[in-house]
Amino acid sequence: MAAIEILDLEKSYLVGFWRKRPKLALRPLRLTIEEGEVFGFLGPNGAGKTTTLKLLMGLVFPTAGTARILGLDMDDPRVKSQIGFLPEQPYFYDHLSARELLNYYGQLSGLPAKGRSARVEQMLERVGLSDSAGVQLRKFSKGMLQRLGLAQAVLHDPKLVFLDEPMSGLDPMGRREVRDLIQQLRSEGKTVFFSTHILSDAEALCDRVGVINQGELRGVGAVAELTAQTRGKIEIIFYAQRVPAGLTGLGVEARLSGDMVNAVLPEEQQDAALEVLRRDGLKLLSLTPVRSSLEEYYIQKLQPSEGRKEEDRKGVGA
Amino acid sequence: MNSGGMNSRIGYIAFNTFREAVRDRVLYNLIAFALLLSGAAILVGEISIDIERLVVVNLGLTAVSLFGVVIAIFIGIGLVSKEIDKRTLYTVLSRPVRRWEFVVGKFFGLTGTLVVNTLLMAIGVLLALLYVAHKFEKMDAWVLVALYFIVLQFLIVCALALFFSSFSTPLMSAVFTFALFVIGSLAEDLRGFARITQGVGGWMATAVAYLVPNFSALNVISQVAHGDAVSGRLILYNSVYALLYSAMAISGAVLIFQRRNLK
Repeated sequence: MAAIEILDLEKSYLVGFWRKRPKLALRPLRLTIEEGEVFGFLGPNGAGKTTTLKLLMGLVFPTAGTARILGLDMDDPRVKSQIGFLPEQPYFYDHLSARELLNYYGQLSGLPAKGRSARVEQMLERVGLSDSAGVQLRKFSKGMLQRLGLAQAVLHDPKLVFLDEPMSGLDPMGRREVRDLIQQLRSEGKTVFFSTHILSDAEALCDRVGVINQGELRGVGAVAELTAQTRGKIEIIFYAQRVPAGLTGLGVEARLSGDMVNAVLPEEQQDAALEVLRRDGLKLLSLTPVRSSLEEYYIQKLQPSEGRKEEDRKGVGA
Repeated sequence: MNSGGMNSRIGYIAFNTFREAVRDRVLYNLIAFALLLSGAAILVGEISIDIERLVVVNLGLTAVSLFGVVIAIFIGIGLVSKEIDKRTLYTVLSRPVRRWEFVVGKFFGLTGTLVVNTLLMAIGVLLALLYVAHKFEKMDAWVLVALYFIVLQFLIVCALALFFSSFSTPLMSAVFTFALFVIGSLAEDLRGFARITQGVGGWMATAVAYLVPNFSALNVISQVAHGDAVSGRLILYNSVYALLYSAMAISGAVLIFQRRNLK
């Protein structure tokens, strides 16, 4: 069964003071996410990621289209007890402590009184907030609030978790912990739908990614397939007037531009290639892993199609 | 979502609203109230000319009413709009909580806060009364009825503040609610004016007079200060009126909030 089936969900807002006109925030979106999948929703700021999540959460209402979540209509009240949600830059009741907040959310989620406290303590431990559990949230840092946000999203053991920019505002250690948490959710068989504009996170965590820009889904691809083409390749740049003959037998794709050579080769040929350069007395400028094709895929998908350029010129959807 | 769950969710939201008000030091107004009342009681005691009871009841109950109305307006206008602005609502509405349950829970939370506030103030008024009169009399029971009517006023004011804030800015909501409180306090005069006005003007005055909340019927402060009784019929009429009026305002707030996009 699909965890999420988005069926031509569309959202436009009326803008302008006197003459109201519709502004399209999300063009008709059709997307299916399977159960147990970790799906990354990629796109720059303002692309439509948060709008999509808010539509699925029932925080804003679609102009057209619908979605099915865990086999139920998105408006079905039963959906809410099976999903968890972390909003972007979450803000919580700052008069409460972390423990009180989770207890309150546990009550609203219908967690039985018996065992609720134990579950709250378990979640505080899981996100490393046990020591600050009694502190009022107005004294929490951004990173601590983000951790608490993650705790409240998975508190009631949902089958499906929506995370809006979960790594936002976190230090490297915090980001690592969030990654671990998502991995753990995957190993528990949960479905995770998360939005991000950080490609390395998506590459490390996702089974599939979707790229959205200007309210339009530009493409969906499996991360394993996208990165397979370039995984294990390096790029070397060095000064030379021509491509050295010694490199040609190493499976190198080389290109001469001016007095520099740009060569891409398999990682295992790195030592051999450097030996060729040393032997020919050539000066190495840089050696870097080839940028992942996820990044190339992302950048390629962000470019507007010719049809869209034409529409934008005519002001369609403005 | 069964009805038991629904009731408990409303209860949890109400309790959280009450806890927020208490922790945001809303009840600190009691200190100002206590100072005002004890100062007045002492002053009246000094210049006693047999109107101590009249002054203490009048002043005490008017202060209870005004303090409460100010709290009802200023917290009421932010009950839902503050949660939208601060986005605390997102993690509540992504749970099995219906929007109407949220609005009703917030309303009960604030009215609960006002009831506790009024109870504490009522103790203050009764203590001041005891201080100046040295004993309670049978007619003092009507003071409790006046306090009950004040609580009914708070129900309507909270509901109106919630209603206006569901589609307007906090400032405008405060202005609208306070304006309706003032006009509603003159509702009986307005009805009298409507009766003597002819034509379209009379028809409009009648419509306005009956549309605004009748706060003047809920104000029996002067009556009980003079020791006059309040009829059982008025108690029943005011109870039903306040419940229906606030239920209507809350329903309006729910209807608007149900359709609102949370940006």
